Amino acid sequence: MSPLLDLIILSMTVICAIGALAVKDLLGASIVLGAYSFLLCLAWAIMGAVDVAFTEAAVGAGVSTVFFVAAVFHTTRETKD
Amino acid sequence: MKTFARITILFCLGVFLWQSWDFPDWGDKDSPASSHLSPYFAKNTMKDSHVPNIVSAILADYRGFDTMFETAVVFSAGLACFFLLRRKPPKTKSKYYRHLPTGITVKITGEGKEPSKDSKVFRQIDSLWTPYDLIIRKTTQYIIPFVQIFALYVVAHGHYSPGGGFQGGVILAATIILFAVSRNLVAGLRWVSEKAASVSAAIGVFIYAGAGAMCIVLGKVFLNYEALMEVFGTDSVMARYYGIFVVEIGVALAVTTVMIWLYYNLSSSGKHDEGL
Repeated sequence: MSPLLDLIILSMTVICAIGALAVKDLLGASIVLGAYSFLLCLAWAIMGAVDVAFTEAAVGAGVSTVFFVAAVFHTTRETKD
Repeated sequence: MKTFARITILFCLGVFLWQSWDFPDWGDKDSPASSHLSPYFAKNTMKDSHVPNIVSAILADYRGFDTMFETAVVFSAGLACFFLLRRKPPKTKSKYYRHLPTGITVKITGEGKEPSKDSKVFRQIDSLWTPYDLIIRKTTQYIIPFVQIFALYVVAHGHYSPGGGFQGGVILAATIILFAVSRNLVAGLRWVSEKAASVSAAIGVFIYAGAGAMCIVLGKVFLNYEALMEVFGTDSVMARYYGIFVVEIGVALAVTTVMIWLYYNLSSSGKHDEGL
């Protein structure tokens, strides 16, 4: 696999991880965390760990994002810090 | 305090990066994992259990004990969420019903008589009710069956292709969550009730642990599926194959229903009256 693609996906993963921490809106943060999970899933698929990538896509990017959104709806949408 | 937290994080990051130089390269043939375990699995999985997907064989057979407790952890997560959040919905709150033939919304407060639960004419709706969007309704209606068949395929073909009980179960749960999001929580509860979800979660864990206990009863160690060869009527290798399949079904059942149960409790903060 081309190193350029690896580099793009890895740097996007790091950007998404920092973005999920930096965003003040918690709903946005959970969506960015979903994007982070999906990029991580791509990285794993490139490395050949297809089972792990599949789990990450289904659990990390899919269901846990829904759970985060549900939790945000019943707590506060803005962070305190 | 904030600077202290930042310094700690940066210090940990530095340690991780520094230590990561000691890791073997990606795909290194001479790394400890690749020189001892991986060749064994690659050589013996087909001989031991006829399962082409080595990851499935490792998860459900070689490391079956580990996966059993993983399933138990998922079940306890659902149980913990239930105990933390579940409460009765307030009785005084007014409920909203829609009269389907006319489209009129009826508000029932306090002591007003409620329509029966399986009424064809009145349907309960959320207080923040927005008109059902035709595109969303129809899209979910057509997508859900295909996604469910894909989920069952993932569960059943865990031996051959990536996937297995965990992934298939999550996808199956996602369809029901999608249904509950696109309609409302009560519609989801009509499809899979809370009782059905919680009981099947326990049944899923029981199938896994029961398959292991059956092996003890039939005279082998816990989770050694060779003992089940008389139950399945096959030789010992195919007995492992079917044993993996049985525990995958247990995992899928537990994961599906726990995810649905978690969604019900999280989305209505335990009241089960109105979802997202």
